[in-house]
Amino acid sequence: MAAETNAASPAVRPELWKALTLQSWGRAMPGPCLAARPERLRDLQAALAAPEGRALLPRGAGRSYGDACLNPGGAVVLTERLNRLLAFDPASGLLLAEPGVTFAELLRVFLPRGYLAPASPGTAFVTLGGAVAHDVHGKNQHLAGSIGEHIAWFDLLLADGSTRRVSPESDPALFQATIGGLGLTGILSAICLRLAPVPSNALLVRRQRMPDLDAFLAGFEAQAAAAYAVGWIDALAKGAALGRGVLEVAEPSPEGLPDRPPKPRRLPFDLPGLALNRLSISAFNELYWRRAPLIPQEERVAYERFLYPLDAILDWNRLYGRGGFHQFQCVLPFREGEPALRRLLETVAAGGNASFLAVLKAMGREGIGMLSFARPGYSLALDIPARPGSAALFAALERITVEAGGRIYLAKDSWLSPQGFAAMYPQAPDFQAVRARVDPDGAFSSGLSRRLGLG
Amino acid sequence: MADETWLILGASSALARAFAQEAAAHGADLLLAGRDMPDLEALAADLQLRHGVAATPLSWDAADLAAQPGFAAACAERVPGVLNLFLAAGAMPEQAAAEAEPSLAGAMWAVNVTGPAALLGAFAPILAARKAGRVVALGSVAGDRGRRRNHLYGASKAALATFLQGYAARLAASGVEVLCVKAGPADTAMTWALPKLPFMAQPAAMARAIWRRAGKGGGEAYVPLIWWPVMTLIRLLPRRIFNRLDF
Ligand SMILES: Cc1cc2nc3c(=O)[nH]c(=O)nc-3n(C[C@H](O)[C@H](O)[C@H](O)COP(=O)(O)OP(=O)(O)OC[C@H]3O[C@@H](n4cnc5c(N)ncnc54)[C@H](O)[C@@H]3O)c2cc1C
Repeated sequence: MAAETNAASPAVRPELWKALTLQSWGRAMPGPCLAARPERLRDLQAALAAPEGRALLPRGAGRSYGDACLNPGGAVVLTERLNRLLAFDPASGLLLAEPGVTFAELLRVFLPRGYLAPASPGTAFVTLGGAVAHDVHGKNQHLAGSIGEHIAWFDLLLADGSTRRVSPESDPALFQATIGGLGLTGILSAICLRLAPVPSNALLVRRQRMPDLDAFLAGFEAQAAAAYAVGWIDALAKGAALGRGVLEVAEPSPEGLPDRPPKPRRLPFDLPGLALNRLSISAFNELYWRRAPLIPQEERVAYERFLYPLDAILDWNRLYGRGGFHQFQCVLPFREGEPALRRLLETVAAGGNASFLAVLKAMGREGIGMLSFARPGYSLALDIPARPGSAALFAALERITVEAGGRIYLAKDSWLSPQGFAAMYPQAPDFQAVRARVDPDGAFSSGLSRRLGLG
Repeated sequence: MADETWLILGASSALARAFAQEAAAHGADLLLAGRDMPDLEALAADLQLRHGVAATPLSWDAADLAAQPGFAAACAERVPGVLNLFLAAGAMPEQAAAEAEPSLAGAMWAVNVTGPAALLGAFAPILAARKAGRVVALGSVAGDRGRRRNHLYGASKAALATFLQGYAARLAASGVEVLCVKAGPADTAMTWALPKLPFMAQPAAMARAIWRRAGKGGGEAYVPLIWWPVMTLIRLLPRRIFNRLDF
């Protein structure tokens, strides 16, 4: 737990490295690279010396959909074995942990003690390091903000081999560049996160059918004070039914549920690409919609089931077959963005680009990172199978988003153009200035950063 | 298990870490011995936090022969109750490198054989006097038959296994169980850069299997179990065929 250390540039240790072809969650683009998987800090430091002077990228659980966690032709440092809990203070809720700790572990260890991650993505397999590097948000973003707001400080292993303890006070620019920093400022080696106290292991959840988009948006507005709110949209519905779906809101439940460890199922093989066609998806979406009550009903639900509904089926990304899939997620400012929301849904539905449920959320707080995704507005996320026409479709979605003053989420992205990125992320020059200071030789880089013109 | 303490020797290795988690999950306290003190401190903090057990890092070098008796005595003094040993210290230099540089082979031998033998030797009277405790040591399937590619390492693990047979006999009368784990390749830092190995197992799964097996008493055990038939076959292969195999 040494705060400040300095190390001379170390020699490459060949036994740390092997050739691997990594995938991201969308499985649509292989990333051949050399990979190291250090099991202790000393080896993490040694992995800064990449073979053949290759560009380096840290990687967590590979739950990013696109090329944010890929470094084709480069070197990747896997952090999954650096997963220790180092200290916890029940009074403040402050937890110090290594970057490879996952949200699943946080839930397992701390929920029984009455603490929960203050912000959590839709899958528990994400690591803390990955969560910080995308400043992830959860279904409570409108009130709690993204994860960056709950980070007290972190240790960052820099390209020169030194480790810096960074807080908003000690180095505000480096702090804000690293929250949502895409792994490009250095490797997080320890993270101090403030967990939130909760009264029990369960939530009181209300689900309600929403007949169309207007009803949905009105529903979100009416529920602005609810702790959690998320909408599931039937992305195949058109015309008058466009934007119909199910709105789920939830509050922490004073009373808990008996513990019952869930048994995850695994999708054992890639489904043939055909299995997910227009018909099967629309049947599924219809069923999901019908199952939700017309009049909201309250149900007590374990955090796990509410926060991570898809985790019950391991490897569900194989549903989309060998070709893989992409996800599109953007956030659009509240009023002026609403027509764009409609156009995005229309564009996807018109192309017959079968998508499972799309996810709609209302965000309430600006992310604190220079490249944070979150800002007040509606966030829409859609899965889209990889197909020959994908490029044109994503270009259209990008255009609609830029024109509406919106922003595309880099954790999900594989298509954004450098121009689109510059328009959506106005603090990118500040980010690059910090990188020039802490990584002057450009040791860190990713498929994403090169695609976006960040080097 | 509440009043037991496991001394984990070579506690920074992935398999040892996993075994320590298993023991702590069952309520045992831990002594974590190894050379990388910052790493052992992190592990100790983690075990305490997750399982509410006592975990103490101890500086220990398997290759330092002279230090073993003093280290054993210090551990015995620390733990008046039941003390169990999990020996995971091990080194596996590349065969070619160890041939080119014999001191590498010597260092490996010290970590894999002579150091542990000195330590276990020093523990023998302590455990015998207490009439309690278990010894679990990580051997390897590589010790069952010397392979062309890896027989320096294999020889050291064969030596350890043979040592443990006699050690077990010596302690049998005092009720101390000695288990030699014939481990197959585990997915750890030690094997990360090697070409794909057969029946590679995850450390957590192996640790669980070892824990369960250790609860049943001493002897020898293949982990994962698939290595029992596999090694039986390999041991039975006629020399003429075996010598032609390139592995
Ligand atoms: C089913 C599903 C649902 C999701 N739902 C949400 C959601 O609701 N909200 C949301 O915000 N996101 C969501 N995501 C996206 C996910 O949270 C992010 O992609 C997250 O970054 C993944 O973390 P990871 O550990 O898998 O990291 P990876 O995908 O492996 O890496 C992501 C980035 O983190 C960097 N990184 C990883 N470790 C470190 C480190 N130690 N130091 C520095 N940088 C590091 C990498 O370089 C990379 O740039 C979802 C993803 C899936 C698959």
